[in-house]
Amino acid sequence: MNQLNPIHKTVLDNGLTVILREMHHAAVTSFWIWYRVGSRNEHAGITGISHWVEHMLFKGTPTFPQGELDKAIAREGGMFNGMTWIDFTTYFETLPSDRIDLALRVEADRMANALFDPAETELERTVIISERQGSENNPNFLLGEALQAAAFQAHPYHHSVIGWQCDLEAMTRDQLYAHYRTYYAPNNAIVAVAGDFDRDAMLGRIAELFGAIPPGPPLPRFTAQEPPQRGERRVIVEGPGTTAYLEVAFRAPAATDPDYHAMVVLDTILGGAKGMSLWGGGTPNRSSRLYKALVETELAADADCSLSSTIDPYLFSFTATVRQGRTLAEVEAALLAEIERVINEPVSEEELAKAIKQTRAQFAYSSESVTDQGYWLGFSEIVADVSWFEQFLDRLAAVTVADVQRVARARLQPRLRTVGWYVPVGNGPDDNDGR
Amino acid sequence: MKQVTAGSRPVGALPGPADVLRRTLPNGITVLARENWSAPSVVLEGYLLVGNLDEPEDLTGLASYTAHMLSRGTRTRSFAEINEAVESVGASIGFGADRYTTSFSTKSLAEDLDLVLEILADELRAPAFPADHVEKVRGQRMTAIAERANDTRQMAGLTLRELMYAGHPLGRDLLGSEQSNAAIGRDALVEFYETFYRPQGMVVVVVGAIAAEEAVAKVAARFGDWSGERPPRPPLPAIPGLDGVRERRVPMPDKSQADIIFGWPAMPRLHPDFDKARLANTVLGVFGMMGRLGASVRERAGMAYYAYSRLAANKQSGLWLASAGVNPSNIERAMRAMRAEVARMANERVPADELADCKRYLTGSLPLQLETNDGVASLLADIEWHGLGLDYVQRYRDIINGLTADDVQAVAQKYLTTDRYALAIAGPMQ
Repeated sequence: MNQLNPIHKTVLDNGLTVILREMHHAAVTSFWIWYRVGSRNEHAGITGISHWVEHMLFKGTPTFPQGELDKAIAREGGMFNGMTWIDFTTYFETLPSDRIDLALRVEADRMANALFDPAETELERTVIISERQGSENNPNFLLGEALQAAAFQAHPYHHSVIGWQCDLEAMTRDQLYAHYRTYYAPNNAIVAVAGDFDRDAMLGRIAELFGAIPPGPPLPRFTAQEPPQRGERRVIVEGPGTTAYLEVAFRAPAATDPDYHAMVVLDTILGGAKGMSLWGGGTPNRSSRLYKALVETELAADADCSLSSTIDPYLFSFTATVRQGRTLAEVEAALLAEIERVINEPVSEEELAKAIKQTRAQFAYSSESVTDQGYWLGFSEIVADVSWFEQFLDRLAAVTVADVQRVARARLQPRLRTVGWYVPVGNGPDDNDGR
Repeated sequence: MKQVTAGSRPVGALPGPADVLRRTLPNGITVLARENWSAPSVVLEGYLLVGNLDEPEDLTGLASYTAHMLSRGTRTRSFAEINEAVESVGASIGFGADRYTTSFSTKSLAEDLDLVLEILADELRAPAFPADHVEKVRGQRMTAIAERANDTRQMAGLTLRELMYAGHPLGRDLLGSEQSNAAIGRDALVEFYETFYRPQGMVVVVVGAIAAEEAVAKVAARFGDWSGERPPRPPLPAIPGLDGVRERRVPMPDKSQADIIFGWPAMPRLHPDFDKARLANTVLGVFGMMGRLGASVRERAGMAYYAYSRLAANKQSGLWLASAGVNPSNIERAMRAMRAEVARMANERVPADELADCKRYLTGSLPLQLETNDGVASLLADIEWHGLGLDYVQRYRDIINGLTADDVQAVAQKYLTTDRYALAIAGPMQ
């Protein structure tokens, strides 16, 4: 890692974790606050509640009434957003560095003082349903949601972050507020700051603004564990269009699992290195095994795989867009053959070295942006701890060819997979359904 | 109240004449370079003067198809060899055709810049258009066309363009249709390449961990001996104005949400109205949570997850768009709310505090856009394309701060007409 920009971690008396990394290449600072709550912490009836709470944190406090917070940040030239994922909810502001204090004030305020005004809550219900319906327009969302639900039965990773429509229609303001009061507390939060600031001054100001917020009540015990999968599962989604999509997913190791880094190498060899920027810009990965097996052979228009880094074991998933004129069965057979190959034959030393170099390059690119850095510092602390990020490249470099084959054998067996087909039913009577 | 202040070390200024090297090579290529030593990476970005305005009328999509083929093999390197060489070092090279230009970009560690430049030059100067890859690429393009036909947002956008330009060359579809893509043969691709891919007017921007002089020398070494000019592009006909409301609905019955786009003809980038319109657009559909459109359609009415406006301007008259994605039952109500906000821009002066906020946003957010190598390279390429001058970033603050509420209202009255506009809606209809 870059020794010029060391990472400092502190825990305040009220339990707030603070991670700071000074980076002085531009007069910009990115302030992130992370809460250990996401769709992982939801159950039937309140699916989507973490994401809705995130929306409500933009709807006003006594200090920053509805509409004032986003204006206050924008008028300082800032960029801001909130994101909810299965394992976390996070908010950030990136600002010219002499104006970053605003971010601290906003986040300290809404950690404790969000209003959840009943009328605003109702207006946001339809905004979120609209967000869900926009996603439903995308076949890949429909397929992914169905596949996730098939892959998990006991664990709340079963449902998508946006939540089921029926829960979005029925959830109440009081349920939302209770969720907020339960999870939004310093002892369940992480502050991560990257950019052009003085560490001592920043830490002092964070202690001043956040230190007075008392710790919250004990957090609900998390006990869910997904039982072992005892056979292949298949799910079919029918929907509009003329293009078919395939997704095949296996249970992935958690970010802290000893197999995790070997799995990253496997993911990179199969699908290429993934970009680390929040704003996209990944590489085309046309030398990856999947591209050669599925796209070069003219079966798929594109093919990819992705490994999520998560608290509990989530999914290692493969996706492909079936080329016009080809079928889901053909693409599935070719994909499964490629997975068989990585189980049965060791990868080459050259492929291993390439995966490590590709990842090293992505780390370098991500250090151009303080916003990306702030993201990775906080994300690491959520799924593991910040040393996970600092040691990432070293751990990757320690992976051997035998490790890669071992994790492929252990985790990519046919009985462990969930296969999803999006079958287009066309836009008219003459359309090929792509089966 | 105590404020956290910036670190004591001086940090990089905004790009300008003092730290951007600009050189024109004898063959007409302009090179711009700016050093950034904060990360060991380099971004290269640039363009050639060839775009879909150069396509024959019946071969829509030829320019983007040609750009798509550049990475598919050269006279000395196969597609697989290129991919292996570039991706083995975690680098990337990309191409894309637009209306006036075809752009290229690379990203690599500084230690791999030589390799990436060598392959980029090979792809731009000696593409082979292998026949089997012409077919592979055709299949991918056909799939993209089919996916677009099932995407409400893309279909609304495509329809809006057709309504706005009514057969004018600027309305040409970059991807093209199934029919036009089926008709594009290898010969047409090669001929298009041979005719229009020439270094005259080419621009290359290099930003990152490399000395500026060295960056220019490296570009010159790879492209300095390339010669030739493309045939002149005939002047574009005048863009037909709108004499009323042009509306089209694209029914997509099985979708969950409909996309609505209003469009107005805008101004060229260098027109004196542009900066006024940029500020007006910030008020209408950008500032904070998507400006007044977001406040009305999303925050106050709860009808949409997104409602925003965008201003696009280029050499000729651009487009001013207002968009929202809504439940089919809300289409009419959302349209009324959007029209009301557009009308208010013309009918009322923007209050002083709102105007000041939007100006502060436009000037204050610049350092954020210029934080990464990609951000700086894109801005420098844009400055060069429009001839804004290297001092543009320094002048920008004064340009924005000099604008008034009257400017904003006048430009809204001139362009955002509520009796003349194009309107495209794609999705389920009720």
